[in-house]
Amino acid sequence: MAELVTLTIDGQEVSVPRGTTILEAAKKIGKQVPHYCYHPGMSSPAMCRLCLVEVEGAPKSMPSCVTAVMEDQIVHTESKQAVGNRAGVLEFYLVNHPLDCPICDMSGECDLQDYVHAEGRAHGRSEEPKRVFGRDDFGGDVLFYGDRCVMCTRCVRFMNEVEQDERLTVVERGNRSVIDTFFEEGLEGTHWHGNIVDICPVGALVSKEFLYKARAWDLEHTPSICPSCSQGCNIELHTRDNLIQRIKPRENLEVNGWWMCDYGRHNHEWMNRGIRLEDPSVRTLDGAAGPMKWRDALEQLLQHVGVMGEGRVKAVATPFASNEDLGTLAELVGALGGGDMVYRSVRVEEEVVLKGFPTLARRKDLAPNTNGAELIGFTRVGDDQAAGGLEDIAKYDGIVIIMGDELSDQAEDFGREAGLFVYLGDQQSPAASNAHFVFPLTTFAEQEGSFTNIARRVQRFSPALEPSGMARPAWLILGALAAELNNGDAPRSAADAFSGLARRVEAFAGLTYQDIGIRGAVVNETYVLSES
Amino acid sequence: MAYPYVSDLEVRVISKYFGDPAHRRIDTYVERGGYKALEKALALEPDGVTDEIKASGLRGRGGAGFPTGIKWSFMPKEPTRPHYLLCNADESEPGTFKDRELMRWDPHQLIEGCLIGAYAIRAQHVYIYSRGEFFEVNQILARAVEDAYAKGYAGEDILGTGTTIDITVHQGAGAYICGEETGLMSSLEGDRGEPRVKPPFPAAVGVFGMPSTINNVETLATVPHIVLNGGEWYRQWGTEKSPGTKLFCVSGHVRKPGNYELPLGFPLIDLIENVCGGIRDGNRLKAVIPGGSSVPLINAEDARNCELDYEGCVEVGTMLGCASVIVMDHKADIVKQIRRMVDFYAHESCGQCTPCREGSAWTARILRRIEKGQGTEEDLDTLMEMTEQMVGTTICVLSDSIAAPVQSSINKFRDDYLELIRRGDQAGAA
Repeated sequence: MAELVTLTIDGQEVSVPRGTTILEAAKKIGKQVPHYCYHPGMSSPAMCRLCLVEVEGAPKSMPSCVTAVMEDQIVHTESKQAVGNRAGVLEFYLVNHPLDCPICDMSGECDLQDYVHAEGRAHGRSEEPKRVFGRDDFGGDVLFYGDRCVMCTRCVRFMNEVEQDERLTVVERGNRSVIDTFFEEGLEGTHWHGNIVDICPVGALVSKEFLYKARAWDLEHTPSICPSCSQGCNIELHTRDNLIQRIKPRENLEVNGWWMCDYGRHNHEWMNRGIRLEDPSVRTLDGAAGPMKWRDALEQLLQHVGVMGEGRVKAVATPFASNEDLGTLAELVGALGGGDMVYRSVRVEEEVVLKGFPTLARRKDLAPNTNGAELIGFTRVGDDQAAGGLEDIAKYDGIVIIMGDELSDQAEDFGREAGLFVYLGDQQSPAASNAHFVFPLTTFAEQEGSFTNIARRVQRFSPALEPSGMARPAWLILGALAAELNNGDAPRSAADAFSGLARRVEAFAGLTYQDIGIRGAVVNETYVLSES
Repeated sequence: MAYPYVSDLEVRVISKYFGDPAHRRIDTYVERGGYKALEKALALEPDGVTDEIKASGLRGRGGAGFPTGIKWSFMPKEPTRPHYLLCNADESEPGTFKDRELMRWDPHQLIEGCLIGAYAIRAQHVYIYSRGEFFEVNQILARAVEDAYAKGYAGEDILGTGTTIDITVHQGAGAYICGEETGLMSSLEGDRGEPRVKPPFPAAVGVFGMPSTINNVETLATVPHIVLNGGEWYRQWGTEKSPGTKLFCVSGHVRKPGNYELPLGFPLIDLIENVCGGIRDGNRLKAVIPGGSSVPLINAEDARNCELDYEGCVEVGTMLGCASVIVMDHKADIVKQIRRMVDFYAHESCGQCTPCREGSAWTARILRRIEKGQGTEEDLDTLMEMTEQMVGTTICVLSDSIAAPVQSSINKFRDDYLELIRRGDQAGAA
């Protein structure tokens, strides 16, 4: 534990470890000193000059982002000197800024807008013509509007220090300075450049994918977990009109810092897919399938369990399913007398590590909950393209339950021999044409739940979209069935389903939704240690 | 070839051989007593050398006037990492042309000074960061360094003492900001010439992250003389607080502009009237910028009361800077001169800090508008207020250097501005 230093900021005493900057110390007591160039994940050039504060005894205002705290220091962030400096600097920012907020993607979440509104002059005094740079395609997903740039160089530093692939630089000097790429390919081929759009405090760097899609104030933000690999980056889903419009990383120093990869960021079209399974359907004994109400469908299934299903169950699940879904499926398999539980998943050859934050990588395992599936008792079958491995099950004559696996590599006669074939998914599958029961599931974006990431950290996500049709989370359906068979209580919420899991599976023992919170929690220690 | 302009009032210590090309040759230099100071210094302890410089009271000649001996004493005494001595030869302040002459006429004097300085701060490598535009000078300097190596004054085992000091002459690409000490370091490392935040100061974290000391050419050129003759000897000239002699670069509307070495404390008006032959064409003195373009300008009245040393200049509201005296007669267009200076700074601002990046270009645009007769009196208030916002709010002092001429000219020569504004009003009315 580092030695503590006590200082006074705006009349409030605060103690922080030696070496802490004034800006970070102020954060501790809830004071946000306005800044552009400073970012906790990168070096501080102290060049935006917006975070200057008054330090008693200092000959001039000090940049709070690089000035270390000192014992008994007295700092004013809201004195005449500090506020006057901010008003002055903000006026300078607007000398050349185009003020094109009405057509700017950043409008509504722009630090320049916010700061000027809070502390800037009502009217700028500059009458001179503005300098014009125009727009530039930086490659990848990034467009650059040079006129809006505040020259904080966060983007340059991100590429140099965090991604460590030098693609951007400042060219020219003085007020002709502008961010530019070295070569024509620009950011093309880099894997983390979406982050520079996030950290750009203004609308200078914008995402081509999101361009003109939505105004910031129309977006709902939902905390979630990236489902695109086993890293489990903390994210926010930004939605409008019941569609995911974009994904942004959410800060969590234990997992992803402030960052996420471009693959995960842009892999959200599938969450918006319009063609979905929307109603439960049941194939009657004469072969005809038709939609049915949930209550009736579940009753029919319970009746069939005794008649059609004999012997051990064979269940196939996807590691895209939540801990709650997988846990409830395992419970149901148990209630049916036990059986084999398998999953299939895609693995790629290369890990894409973020060099400046090496605990973060786009993992080889492209499923978010492989560790959850493993801990709950599922075993992996099939190859690295998530194909094959189901030869026994395709011809099995007992109970077959498919959850989430779309069986896209399987023939149409899959499960023809099955005594009872239940298919749960969000998409129709040709290989499910023999299913006796087809149940529509919500996607991860439509339900509450949790994933267990590569470091066996359990992290919660929240529903961001309305479910499609009659689609329901698997834990609700399977939980109701298991409760009927076991004469127990059906889970009424995802938290309930998780508590059930924590009771049954030792790895999760002792964890609750409350413990996991928004930052996540690592599973039972012994399971972490036995990983290798 | 005799040096074009000399005066009997001069005290020529470091400029003694200006105008004598033979002095560039190492043999001539040694014949005339060169490298004796190096020999003497190497026989002392490094701190002994620093003490002698401290005793002389020599102050940095680059503009800030920080005592050189004290600066050297900031360096770690027990080197655990390489130390570097940087010689700032990126002379680019408008109005300054002394370092160029020192390197052109007496390169070995500088090299000797560099070697002594390096020894005193326990550095084994000296970088002379020179302006790229100094083409001829750089050739002379490179030749002199080569000769110094050949004669055993530089490189390994200097004069058989076991001391190793290398010298590298590095040519910049002609950016004003690379004359700022930390900007110079960034540039030398191969990055954009952008000043860095202090602390850490160069003596702790300098070039390549190592303890470094940076001195001006004139400062280092003075060092051999002090080492050879002693600190007390140097104090025979100048004032108590500003001892010694200083090169004054006089330009503008005087009859005999040029480099003159004078004791510090020399009256400014004597420099203009007696050393430089007075104002051209019998015109009247209007304004003087005594320390290079980044110090406040003063009017004729203040100029008559100004003594040219660090304290004397402050007394009349300006600074000695690097002693580049720009003299303007009553026909000078003050607004135009200031606008040209601000244009220069707007062009040379590195663009890091917002007040400087945006403020410099904005100031230039307003001044241009006033110059064209399209200004208003409110513009003057705006200029005063916004330049105030540029003082002490940035990483380096380039921004302050814009405020100084603008504010001082509006304060002292407001009528010149109002004249242009009124003329514009009349033209508009007509």
